[in-house]
Amino acid sequence: MTIQENQAEIVEEFSMFDDWMQRYEYMIELGKSLPLIDEAYKTDDNIIKGCQSKVWVHAELEGDKLVFTADSDAIITKGIIAILIRAFSNQKPQDIIDADTAFIDEIGLKEHLSPTRANGLVSMIKQLKMYAIAYQTQLN
Amino acid sequence: MAEAKSGLNITAIRDDFPILKREIHGRPLVYLDNAATSQTPTQVIDVIVDYYSRYNANIHRGVHTLSQEATEAYEGARIKLQEHFNARKPYEIIFTSGTTHSINLVANGFVPFLEQGDELLVSAMEHHSNIVPWQMLCEKTGASLKVIPMNADGELVMETFHSLLNENTKLVFCNHVSNALGTVNPIEEIIHAAHAVGAAVLIDGAQAAPHMVADVQALDVDFYTISGHKVCGPTGIGMLYGKEEWLNKMPPYQGGGEMISEVTFEKTTYAGLPHKFEAGTPNICGGIAFGAAIDYLNGIGFDAIAAYEKELLEYATERLLSIEGLKIYGTSKNKTSVISFNVKGIHPYDIGTLLDKMGVAVRTGHHCAQPIMDFYQIPGTVRASFSFYNSREEVDILVECIQRAVQMLS
Repeated sequence: MTIQENQAEIVEEFSMFDDWMQRYEYMIELGKSLPLIDEAYKTDDNIIKGCQSKVWVHAELEGDKLVFTADSDAIITKGIIAILIRAFSNQKPQDIIDADTAFIDEIGLKEHLSPTRANGLVSMIKQLKMYAIAYQTQLN
Repeated sequence: MAEAKSGLNITAIRDDFPILKREIHGRPLVYLDNAATSQTPTQVIDVIVDYYSRYNANIHRGVHTLSQEATEAYEGARIKLQEHFNARKPYEIIFTSGTTHSINLVANGFVPFLEQGDELLVSAMEHHSNIVPWQMLCEKTGASLKVIPMNADGELVMETFHSLLNENTKLVFCNHVSNALGTVNPIEEIIHAAHAVGAAVLIDGAQAAPHMVADVQALDVDFYTISGHKVCGPTGIGMLYGKEEWLNKMPPYQGGGEMISEVTFEKTTYAGLPHKFEAGTPNICGGIAFGAAIDYLNGIGFDAIAAYEKELLEYATERLLSIEGLKIYGTSKNKTSVISFNVKGIHPYDIGTLLDKMGVAVRTGHHCAQPIMDFYQIPGTVRASFSFYNSREEVDILVECIQRAVQMLS
């Protein structure tokens, strides 16, 4: 599946919910299913700055695709990063670099996109893209 | 909610604050982040509107009417603060942009007085703004920073404080009330003991000023700082009280207009107090509104505020402790209406996020006091801080919403 298809699928799932509570409950569920980072990679180097909760992200190239794993000490943050990973993981670095993130708006998480927001959704997206840029350079 | 035991008419008081009528995510706002910033009553908002509508002008030295009116109002606000804190002279009140600015001004002013081997004492429960400027001062002068530790209840260990004092101690700084825990520190004892070894004392009163009145002469404190936006005033204005002899001794912090007496390219002589420390066009409207905010609080009365907030604190503490797994940090008997807590197994950020969705504003995180969080070995807390305009019903809503959040998160 392409990043666009992943995003469309997430948007469709979230469109079933009528209120914020169901959306957050689902996010919490997603958080619990997050592909967890290997403990060895939970280092300070892998912490995303700008988050009130701790978020660790690791990226690894499998073939020509980039695979992300992550963890956080806050469950809602885990949900947010799980959504991002579902959209961007297992994709070619160049596609990750080129992808837009408008779907965040469509699933009602727009409020988290503000750069001043403590959860650092913006920092997370930036970090995923930074990994993609780094690995793309390696592939070139 | 009408009449509280303390005699405050909370319904009428709440009518003074237009923002309290807002809805957040379709629910009535429950504002419990007062320790970060207080809300502004109509009486203060009107003063701001009036200033810009009628007499906005640059102050001092202006010969025209608007300038004279603005000067009079601004200097009048200084006198209000002088009277409120019982300073000897109006010029011992320096307008700043807030507590952080006030502290930096003093830290900068002490550079010439310190040398290698001198010691500064800071409490373990300071806001970063009362730690970092002193660390910078130590870097500049070679002085060293010592820490007064705290115990598990969030109280300073006074025996250690006394043993840390010696003839090398030049400055002691401590908050009057801890922003993260609400603990009221024994500042009388701290000031007295510090003076006995010849050290000056700066008390950060930012968190105390909304709840109690400090008498700077009775305390004999050298410096006392507060922020306007914590006492129902606007942001960007604050106060430094300094004893006249210290303010005269300290060099100016910033150069510019207002702070000079005579300027030639060879030499500048500085203006007298308070202008020496107020370079440039000040926050005129902010200063005037700051004075109006102090008037507003005095109109309600600090005794009534303290009595009501104590009532609210006791009620909230009891209700919150009824939630399973909830632990309160900062359990000193002498504390203001601030409750820092966590629920077992749940990150404070998760609770804060869900509370916001339910219209309840609290603060989560380390509250700019990381050393306290390190002490308790926690990533942060949820902090609910109550003001005299909060009601018991709002405490009930807080408790209900936490229960709902915990249910969602477990």
